[in-house]
Amino acid sequence: MQTTRSMVLVSSDPHSMDKGAEEVFQKLSEQIKSFKLQNEISLSKVSDIGRNDASPLVIVYPEAIIYGPVRPADVPYLVEEHLYKGRVASRLQAPTKELSGKIAWISARKGTLPAEQRIVMQRAGLIDPDSIEDYIIHDGYQALGKVLSEMSPQDVITSIKDSGLRGRGGAGFPTGLKWDFVANAEGEKKYIICNADESEPGTFKDRLILEGDPHNIIESMAIAAYAVGADEGYIYIRGEYMLAQTRLLKAIMQAKDMGFLGGNIFDSGFNFTLHIHGGAGAYICGEEPAFIESIEGKRGEPRPRPPYPTTNGLWDKPTLVNNVETLANVTPIIRNGSDWFKSFGTPSSTGTKVYTILGNVNVTGLIEVPMGITLREVISIYAQGMKNESSFKLAQTGGSSGSIIPASLQDTPMDYDSFEKAGVSMGSGALLICSEETCVVDLAKVLINFFRKESCGKCNPCRIGNQRAYQMLTNISEGLGKMDDLDKLDEMSKWLYEMSNCGLGQTAGSPLKDILHHFRAEVEAHIKLKVCPAGVCPMSGKAY
Amino acid sequence: MTEKVKQGPEINVIRITDNAIDQFHAKREELIPILMEINQKIGYIPREAMKEISSRMRIPQSQLYSVASFYHMFFTKKTGSHVIKFCESAPCHVAGGREVWESIQEQLRIGPDETSPDEKWTLISTSCLGVCAVGPVMMVDDDIYGNLTPDQIPDILAKYE
Repeated sequence: MQTTRSMVLVSSDPHSMDKGAEEVFQKLSEQIKSFKLQNEISLSKVSDIGRNDASPLVIVYPEAIIYGPVRPADVPYLVEEHLYKGRVASRLQAPTKELSGKIAWISARKGTLPAEQRIVMQRAGLIDPDSIEDYIIHDGYQALGKVLSEMSPQDVITSIKDSGLRGRGGAGFPTGLKWDFVANAEGEKKYIICNADESEPGTFKDRLILEGDPHNIIESMAIAAYAVGADEGYIYIRGEYMLAQTRLLKAIMQAKDMGFLGGNIFDSGFNFTLHIHGGAGAYICGEEPAFIESIEGKRGEPRPRPPYPTTNGLWDKPTLVNNVETLANVTPIIRNGSDWFKSFGTPSSTGTKVYTILGNVNVTGLIEVPMGITLREVISIYAQGMKNESSFKLAQTGGSSGSIIPASLQDTPMDYDSFEKAGVSMGSGALLICSEETCVVDLAKVLINFFRKESCGKCNPCRIGNQRAYQMLTNISEGLGKMDDLDKLDEMSKWLYEMSNCGLGQTAGSPLKDILHHFRAEVEAHIKLKVCPAGVCPMSGKAY
Repeated sequence: MTEKVKQGPEINVIRITDNAIDQFHAKREELIPILMEINQKIGYIPREAMKEISSRMRIPQSQLYSVASFYHMFFTKKTGSHVIKFCESAPCHVAGGREVWESIQEQLRIGPDETSPDEKWTLISTSCLGVCAVGPVMMVDDDIYGNLTPDQIPDILAKYE
């Protein structure tokens, strides 16, 4: 994604449009071009900003300066002063007391620049992933050298703990603590596994990290293995990710040849062997206990927890499992220190997060930004607004097992604690942004269909619950739903959460819970009025 | 990626199976890579291959079948000459996938998990293929097609005549 020096947003809610926002937008576009700034400055419209007396508003990032009301005649002055000369055009600034409601968040976020910050994707796209030399030139294997020559395993764990790094696979468990568990687990033989079974729909960050910078994962795994006392590691990678597998295999060969893997690495007495194990297409194998079964050559059905893999993992030995993105943070933390890492993000969620932006927006793709950015910022700045001037209805975060967020929550900072408070799951970092053309019943149907197909069938609540929920949603989408179906769906989502054996079943109910909580009226319209407000559902009266 | 052997009566299932077993030193924990190799070479995992693995690796056939049928990338029945995998996940669905999915079924006159009577096509719906930024997405054999619209389908399918 192209990065720009400044970002300019123009409010385009009905009230602003009424007051000439469109002309202001056109004029800004002309003026930016006349100063030849179009490659440095991005211009987009932002909707749903709420009514306030200073409309239309022009907001300039990264300084988060709000101008308003801006008339077309003010635009040349504004562009020249602020965007060309870099001075705040103070006479056009909106009076603070007139800013209310949704607009107030912008000034509160001054200084937290919503710009890309690449830590885990630092080298991806800039180096030749097939060349270990290129990796070494770009600080590669420095961290491993530092760890093996200067640090004790406990030192390594302490610096990861100090950095505040939390698992990027979805649950956000503190990484240092997990390393501590494995380091303290009893047993001579320990394993480390990198979870690269990225199957959460809408997520492809791990693929790009592995394809773009495979050596970083190898180096991080070696460091983690040293810290917890493991001498053998596996990368469990999706069967569908052929290119990533090929690149990793090549990278492992190169690392072996150069002595970064194998016996007595850097003459330190530390040994580490690394294998790749490809999956064969099963969403459930993203669950720790399930892919451990799969590495052992069995059906990927999850084992009950506890005992946890940290004490009884692969071949019943203590096993450290970390996600690709989590591991990718390890080498930068070792090289630059925990304080450096903590300078990004929020106090409770340090560092960056990689998001994949999808859905009905102008620009889809991948970004890496500091923790704590809001969904509104993602939509208006990185996604450059909704497609075809549509308006934002909901976002589905974190893949199928994540949450459905209504527009009212789009100003919640995206970090672990704020999301937890709002009852939202961060999940894998997928942001599926949907316009008003999306029907919530149809969306829930697609999500439940996914779980219905991917359920391994081992435990009843998940196998039967998802099938029943799918039938009910199908009937609602055909205009055959009954009001008491809603209570049943609500109950079903609780049962799935409380009684399922593993994370797949436990999260399968969340789309049901979310649509009933945030969009109940729309679901009821399907039942009471036999109308799909978004015009998506067939409503043809065919029973499942 | 392993090249698929040309389908026909000349495929030597036993030889391919033995090679796959030897390549991974007949280790129990390498069962999934072994099955993957056979699946890629032949297009599916035939009964004879299961029998051969069972006798050489001392694993009951029931266990083999339970593993092979668990993973979506393995086929336990013969597939058509070309396999179409269409992503049915939410990101592709929201970006217009529903219309494309209907168009494919109309064109091929088969439904999900079906093989056409002339054994040319097998159509399956799959979970995320990991290329969501260009959804809707489908895979025909090893080729990925993104940003699909319903009217592109006939031209794409025609390439596999």
